[in-house]
Amino acid sequence: MSETEHRRTVVIPGETIVEGDAYLPGEGTEKQGNKIVALRYGLSEESGKLVKVIPLSGVYQPRRGNIVIGKCSLITFNGWVIDIGVAENAFLPIMETPKFVAKDRLDEVMKIGDLAVVQIMGVNGRGIDVTIKSRGLGKIDEGFVFKINSNKVPRVIGKEGSMIKIIRDYTKCNITVGQNGFIWIKGDKIEDELFAKKAIEFITENSFIDGLTEKVEEWFKKNGGVKRE
Amino acid sequence: MTPKNFKRPDGRKLDEMRPFEAKVGIIPNADGSAMYKSGDTIAIAAVYGPKKMHPQHSQNPEKGTLRCTYNMNSFSVSERIKPGPSRRSTEISRITEWALEPVLMLDKFPNMVVDVHINIIQADAGTRCAGINAAAMALAHAGIPMKEMVSSISVGKLDKTIVVDLSKEEEDFEEGEGPTDIPISMTHSGNITHFQLDGKIDSKQLMEAIELAKKSCEEIYEVQKQALKNSINLNGGED
Amino acid sequence: MGGEELEITPEVTAERIRKYLESAKRFDGRKPDEFREVIIEKGVSKKAEGSVRVKVGKTEVIVGVKMDVATPYPDSPDKGNLMVTAEFLPLSSSRIELGPPKFDSIEVGRVIDRIIRESKYIELEKLCIKEGEKVWTVFIDIYTINDDGNIVDAAGIGAVTALKLAKVPKYDEEKGRPIYGEYESSLPLRKMNPFTITVHKIGKNLIVDPTKEEEDVSETRITIGSSDGIIHSLQKGNSSSFTIEELEKCFEIVEKVWKELFKKVEAQLK
Repeated sequence: MSETEHRRTVVIPGETIVEGDAYLPGEGTEKQGNKIVALRYGLSEESGKLVKVIPLSGVYQPRRGNIVIGKCSLITFNGWVIDIGVAENAFLPIMETPKFVAKDRLDEVMKIGDLAVVQIMGVNGRGIDVTIKSRGLGKIDEGFVFKINSNKVPRVIGKEGSMIKIIRDYTKCNITVGQNGFIWIKGDKIEDELFAKKAIEFITENSFIDGLTEKVEEWFKKNGGVKRE
Repeated sequence: MTPKNFKRPDGRKLDEMRPFEAKVGIIPNADGSAMYKSGDTIAIAAVYGPKKMHPQHSQNPEKGTLRCTYNMNSFSVSERIKPGPSRRSTEISRITEWALEPVLMLDKFPNMVVDVHINIIQADAGTRCAGINAAAMALAHAGIPMKEMVSSISVGKLDKTIVVDLSKEEEDFEEGEGPTDIPISMTHSGNITHFQLDGKIDSKQLMEAIELAKKSCEEIYEVQKQALKNSINLNGGED
Repeated sequence: MGGEELEITPEVTAERIRKYLESAKRFDGRKPDEFREVIIEKGVSKKAEGSVRVKVGKTEVIVGVKMDVATPYPDSPDKGNLMVTAEFLPLSSSRIELGPPKFDSIEVGRVIDRIIRESKYIELEKLCIKEGEKVWTVFIDIYTINDDGNIVDAAGIGAVTALKLAKVPKYDEEKGRPIYGEYESSLPLRKMNPFTITVHKIGKNLIVDPTKEEEDVSETRITIGSSDGIIHSLQKGNSSSFTIEELEKCFEIVEKVWKELFKKVEAQLK
């Protein structure tokens, strides 16, 4: 077995993944003596000597740079409190909007209950700071939003966005995937939007198989999808 | 020491557990869920969390909180149980928390709570153990960071004989010294996280009982492990 | 996980649900008057006199019938008693703690009690052991296992089918108690199928069997308990209102849906 070989098996907490002094404990694992032991349920992955566990379930961990979708739960005097589905709330300060906003017009940017696409600038002891300054961020005006297991998000996006591009090509929809598992779909026709949602559900149900990208293209063709050139 | 020619009402060997099975992912809404069946006892468990802890004053800034509830359905037993919490269900809820907490890495979730809800659908003795077995799988399934799994079994003594996995009939055993019921939960590496006893036994036989429990828990662990592994199909499709 | 507020269907999705309904379409491809797939598993607990697991789409409930002897009510000394309770188990949804839900366990218990009682489905007069002194009490207990909308109608199917499977325990005259595990006969039931069917109003559209998303968007609803075209109980819930024309449509919908539900349930019970 070569050193760079990737191997994936389902592991459970407390299970020994590999034995050998050379191995290094990555995320979701711990070294006990000369064993690398899983500390959570997931897929074990070895790249070279580093052994880690890819989670299949579990709560989303906010990280700097992540784009997420949340709901405005409160408006303060200097910004908006956004619930992104984790224990700490995110905060969007008034300075982090693309255009100047007067202090008495905060609800024109976003009202309580509105959904928005935001980007995480930092995660610290006080909470999560977000911004909507860049393109593609801001209040969600229409379309629909649904949630998937946040651990499946990388598969829905694909390597360098390859998977999400296929979905966009075949459904003509705008799709924004939040790292926290919330997905926003907006298309010209509701049928297109539901088609995109079905495709995403197909991906989440088959997220472990190899060659998923080809399988998804096949799925689209089989279900009457027409690729936009 | 232990009389070996004791005959159990259902014909099982002294160290033979009732048929058991486990399944994971049975409740779509839950973050993690599992079912554990031992003989005629069926327990299901669902995990929600980690999530924000309410009320705020119950939050622990140093680590997350594990909160378990145990509930028996009214029709899980012959004599209907009035729906709602009882002193017994409250006690078992606490015991379940104590059985599982040692393996959970809750320091990663300050101010948060992990809720585990256990429900007994059919009861034929060993319900708290079945509940703990289901809960341990559900916690793993939910992706809660855990050092290892916990398995649980009831061992006991019928008159002078040590046996494993008492049935309801055996719990009501009346001959000789009567029944002694010993539910035990242990981690895969052999640490005991839950231990109760009702009856009459000397320490030598108690050690014998503990050894028997350890052996049985290893078998239960294999079934819990398989259930978790089987819920993922690496060739496509998933529970 | 994390923020429960985010669990409730957001307004943008609600808008889509309403818009789609205007062309009589639903997210999962169903027609407005179509029920999801119904799966019934018999005998979920051996200790019950009768029990079932009912799945309507992803919604799952388990219902059990237990019987015991008791004194009759003073105004019906020769009739058995009926008691229906429903428990929304916390394991069935992350929203249980979020405060008053749109349909709570007490309402479900009472709605199912009403349909079973008013339809006289159970021949309570045949459950008298000694007039004025001892009668059978039939307990119907409903537990939610997974809530993806429309718990009440799933519970209704569960109650009816659990009753169909229920048997009356033998009665020990000496001890004055039931002998559980030994059965005398089937529970005496009239020939009917008193299901509840709840019609929800979203915008100007009427639908049955909502998913959780659709239930969040529902403005008002009416639960109609009926069997073969005869209505035995009725309850409107939530604020907002129905026009008289809408109500008439509801009755038509219920009559049509009842027939299909009856077929679905019959096929499952074979």
